[in-house]
Amino acid sequence: MTTTKTADSVRRGRSARDPNLLRLLVMLVFVFVLMTVLRPNQFATMADFNSMMRQFPEYGIMAIGISLTMITGGIDLGVVGTANLSAIVAAKFLIGTVPRGAAPAQVVPYLIIAVLLSLSVGLVCGAFAGMLISRFNIPAILATLGTQQLFTGIAIGITSGRPQSGLPLLYSRIGNMEFFRFVPISFVIFFVVAVGVGIMLSRTRFGTYMYMMGTNPRASRYAGLNNTSITLRTYMISGLLSSVAGLIMMARANSAKADYGAPYTLQCVLIAVLGGINPNGGFGTIGGVTMAILILQFLSSGLNMFNNISNFYRDVIWGGVLILVLVFNKLLSWREERRAVRKSMN
Amino acid sequence: MAASVLRVEGITKSFGGVQALKGVNFDIAPGEIHCLAGENGSGKSTLIKVVSGVYEPDAGKIEINGQQFSHLTPKEAIGLGIQVIYQDFSVFPNLTVMENLALNNELMDKRKLMSYKRARAIAGNAVSQIEFDVDLDERVENLSVADRQLIAICRALLQEAKLIIMDEPTSALTKKEVKALFAVIKRLQARGLPILFVSHKLDEVFEISERYTILRSGENVARGNTKELDRKTFVFHMTGRQFEDEFYRPSAAKREPILSVRELSLQGAYSDISFDLSPGEILGVTGLLGSGRTELVETLFGISQPDAGKIFIRGKEVRIKSVKSAIRKGIGYVPSDRLTEGLFLPQSVERNLAITALDRLSDHFGFLRRSAIADMTRKWIGELSIAAKSPALPVWALSGGNQQKVVLARWLANDLSILMLNGPTMGVDIGSKYDIHVLMRELAARGLAIIIVSDDLPEVLACASRILVMRDGAFVQELDPSATTESKLSELSTGIA
Repeated sequence: MTTTKTADSVRRGRSARDPNLLRLLVMLVFVFVLMTVLRPNQFATMADFNSMMRQFPEYGIMAIGISLTMITGGIDLGVVGTANLSAIVAAKFLIGTVPRGAAPAQVVPYLIIAVLLSLSVGLVCGAFAGMLISRFNIPAILATLGTQQLFTGIAIGITSGRPQSGLPLLYSRIGNMEFFRFVPISFVIFFVVAVGVGIMLSRTRFGTYMYMMGTNPRASRYAGLNNTSITLRTYMISGLLSSVAGLIMMARANSAKADYGAPYTLQCVLIAVLGGINPNGGFGTIGGVTMAILILQFLSSGLNMFNNISNFYRDVIWGGVLILVLVFNKLLSWREERRAVRKSMN
Repeated sequence: MAASVLRVEGITKSFGGVQALKGVNFDIAPGEIHCLAGENGSGKSTLIKVVSGVYEPDAGKIEINGQQFSHLTPKEAIGLGIQVIYQDFSVFPNLTVMENLALNNELMDKRKLMSYKRARAIAGNAVSQIEFDVDLDERVENLSVADRQLIAICRALLQEAKLIIMDEPTSALTKKEVKALFAVIKRLQARGLPILFVSHKLDEVFEISERYTILRSGENVARGNTKELDRKTFVFHMTGRQFEDEFYRPSAAKREPILSVRELSLQGAYSDISFDLSPGEILGVTGLLGSGRTELVETLFGISQPDAGKIFIRGKEVRIKSVKSAIRKGIGYVPSDRLTEGLFLPQSVERNLAITALDRLSDHFGFLRRSAIADMTRKWIGELSIAAKSPALPVWALSGGNQQKVVLARWLANDLSILMLNGPTMGVDIGSKYDIHVLMRELAARGLAIIIVSDDLPEVLACASRILVMRDGAFVQELDPSATTESKLSELSTGIA
């Protein structure tokens, strides 16, 4: 008797989350089929898949970072600035220290230090934003708008706005490596990040704390949660993920620059919202975010194949989709609320 | 038959298979104060919404001033003079009193420009009708809940109300404000305006109304003259259950105090507070809003830090630096505002219940032990008979009483030695209130030390084994509940004989 009860409650819990994932899956298939039909010779070919797998990990990882901060009821608009700043620090270190013509084996320790350096910069950037939000109670949207500007400004300052190139060959060789001549290493990194963060959210105490604080920070305080520490840690994770994305961008461009990936911020917010992360905090899953990343990548790759659609329209399309999704989600949540009321009355 | 202002007959209404109203009849005579009573979910609100045109009934008749309708639209209802004062009052907090009052008229007259002179005259006239003394230029957000409510009433009067329906108007008011509201209601009645007063609080029903209608599960279970009603019958009709009279006496043996507070002070809230609390005791702390009662318990829970004084637990001096440290010392706290402080409303019952116990319910690496969480949830849902269809349902879908039980269970799931409850049964129906009282006494009898902070005097008298009255941040007197009365308590807490 008791076992059927648990099974029942688990199923209900799933079905409460499933509609969103199902909707996203339908959308994903729809976009995929549409593009395949419209551009059968270009879209969904092996070469196309390979190029898509090279494109989305860098902004996908940042989108996951933003999603985490949105789950806790905030937002991190500083991800791109953090990515660039941390990559520039790593690049400067490599360019300045690695001796010319060094053998690959000699370069490896430098690479390790550069990666650690860049990850620490990401952590510090995140901690700084988290501090502003949790200690000084500055609204996340303003605090991170500030950090974005600040980090980008620092990055421009230390590079005079010039791209940092001349990285050791080994870095871009590792960074552009492909497993089985098909799966890029950046995709593998994305996969590991997505699975890791997904587990953290759904299976750990900290993940539950993030959702709960995002739902009602006042109640979480009365329940004994340490809001300051949860916020701080969340933004540090977001910063860390941004620096990972920064390292990937640096490998792809074989350089680092203060204004790489500028349009990614809006795109990442769009992904989070499309993926079902509630902008008011407390809800959303990495599964949803991942699907949203794929939908956008399909759309974006597909649109590229139409020569008569100018790149200038891209902003119109992304902005339009964002607003549509927000309105649609609102309508949906109203409907679900009504349904739950009816259910509870039964 | 003297004409009724409003008469409904055989009203039924269902929502997707749930029958909210099953053939309800009632009527209001001119100039009468009529009380519509019933527990949460009894169909009171549905009935009001049928009368005010929000819902269309499935069957039945509505008769207003002799005119018959099968259903109304909200516009028709307003046109017929039916005005509902909802719990949230629907006033504009960012506008001034005058603007709030005059806005409707200005809009109705389709004026493009607002004349402040005209607005002032309209507003002034409205507030004087109920002898409401208020600064017309004050922003409504700066007013108390009680004053906002009076503004909502004034606005109803301006729209030529023929019947005012008040939906649980006292739920957010202090005793004193309730008195003032009742005076206003009487004044309206003196002007010949009938009032439908919706409530589940029996004291209010007895105090204000002439006739009553009680709903239970969408049916009329009783109606008549309030004079002929007594408490026991009222409670029976409301709940369909018979209740024992309540009181609590701890076992005779006086035990070592578990919590001792000495000369505790917090600037601007309370000063020089000392008391002892032993296991098995229920200490009732009562006092008006702003007497420092909430700040006192919140200090003990680590929300704020005292400026002076000492706290001892089991004879050892302690500093309670944070909520976490209070929890580690075995202290639990049910905050006064369940909706904003107690619960994570859209989250599941399970998460709401397990949140304080997650340290225990996860392993070294912070991974949740999901089956342990499910077991614990099931155990407490059973133990406190929380009526929840599924632990995965969002907690806002539960009734007030069940929500409060979820907050209680959250603390009981921890190894507690001191439980503090602030307004433990505020906005909770009679049945659940009784259950919560029984539970508190059981917990105390099992050796928990309990502090309840409440301005519900009958509740304090029924549950506490000792009562401390607070006024202006200080303890006024300690009382034995078996040797005191409600009027004595209210005298002490207000300082007015």
